[in-house]
Amino acid sequence: MKLLTHNMLTSHVRGVRPGGGFPLRIQATEVKVNNVDFNQEFVARMIPKVEWGALVEAAESLGHLSDLPHELPPEYENNEDFLRKVHHVLLEVEVMEGILKCPDSGREFPITKGIPNMLLSEEET
Amino acid sequence: MIEIQSQMSERAVELLGLPEDQPCFLLDVGCGSGLSGDYISEEGHHWVGMDISSAMLDVAMEREVEGDLILADMGQGIPFRPGMFDGCVSISAVQWLCNADKKTHSPPKRLYRFFSTLYSALARGSRAILQLYPENSEQLELITAQAMKAGFTGGMVVDYPNSAKAKKFFLCLFVGTAGALPKALGAECADGEESQQAKFTNERTRFRNAKGKSVKKSRDWVLEKKERRRRQGKEVRADTRYTGRKRRPRF
Repeated sequence: MKLLTHNMLTSHVRGVRPGGGFPLRIQATEVKVNNVDFNQEFVARMIPKVEWGALVEAAESLGHLSDLPHELPPEYENNEDFLRKVHHVLLEVEVMEGILKCPDSGREFPITKGIPNMLLSEEET
Repeated sequence: MIEIQSQMSERAVELLGLPEDQPCFLLDVGCGSGLSGDYISEEGHHWVGMDISSAMLDVAMEREVEGDLILADMGQGIPFRPGMFDGCVSISAVQWLCNADKKTHSPPKRLYRFFSTLYSALARGSRAILQLYPENSEQLELITAQAMKAGFTGGMVVDYPNSAKAKKFFLCLFVGTAGALPKALGAECADGEESQQAKFTNERTRFRNAKGKSVKKSRDWVLEKKERRRRQGKEVRADTRYTGRKRRPRF
């Protein structure tokens, strides 16, 4: 599971207050780093969608912060250096094994072989 | 079969109408082993796939697909924040929502849950293209009704409607903008402009019963009866805006 996907995932259990199921806290036991082609335009377009605070928190918890600033710099569209760092954190860091924990309810979603299990039981839908 | 899947994926991405030369972020619902995902990657887009079968997702992992995979049941909702995706495709998956696999499942509720969460997860102005195999017209109506209830506009595009083998249903749903429905393939009409697409409108349709006759005593029926009597040569009053109007209850 890449950090870009993690930044968009929320808990969809019934009864969770809107916005309460995000961000899911990562407790990773295995992290992998891949090589992904850098596409400047795509990264620049994704940044407004990304929740910056959650991204920094997630990267830090994995130990892959790699000097990503805690605040989003104002002029990032043409700052290739910065975009490359963002690209690395968003698309190249992958959580292979671990647990995602809902911040409100504490419900845990396990991650196996890089695939988070978001299946809910009957009571949760 | 792989060839057909790949062709349908190509058609679905084409129907998405994404801006040219711009890498987008898409959702693949019911991605299975990642066949459609591969095509999306080839087009230069990034994608996230969901499927209820861990066996299929394992196959996708082995094939080293580029998209991220999620084990999830679409009838339980799309677990993403609002406005994340530039588009959604689904190949041969949505019809499964119509089967009630468990006693506690209610297909209309699951369909609505799927469509309403999908609507929120998509960005404004984006589309969802869902290729499906409806079992019958009731299923099709159920699916489209729930989609409309969730706020989508759009309609069904049927490719090659006259061929039993090649006929394909694509449910094209728009978020926000009510754009024109894309043109269907292979729709050569015999005469005139018969539209092969079912549009969603808010117009009320006139009701005819199963035999194709108008409901008795309705305005249509009155007008038809007057026509019939005129043809028989009888003396009939002219049709005005008062013809067949609702009278006071005393009648």
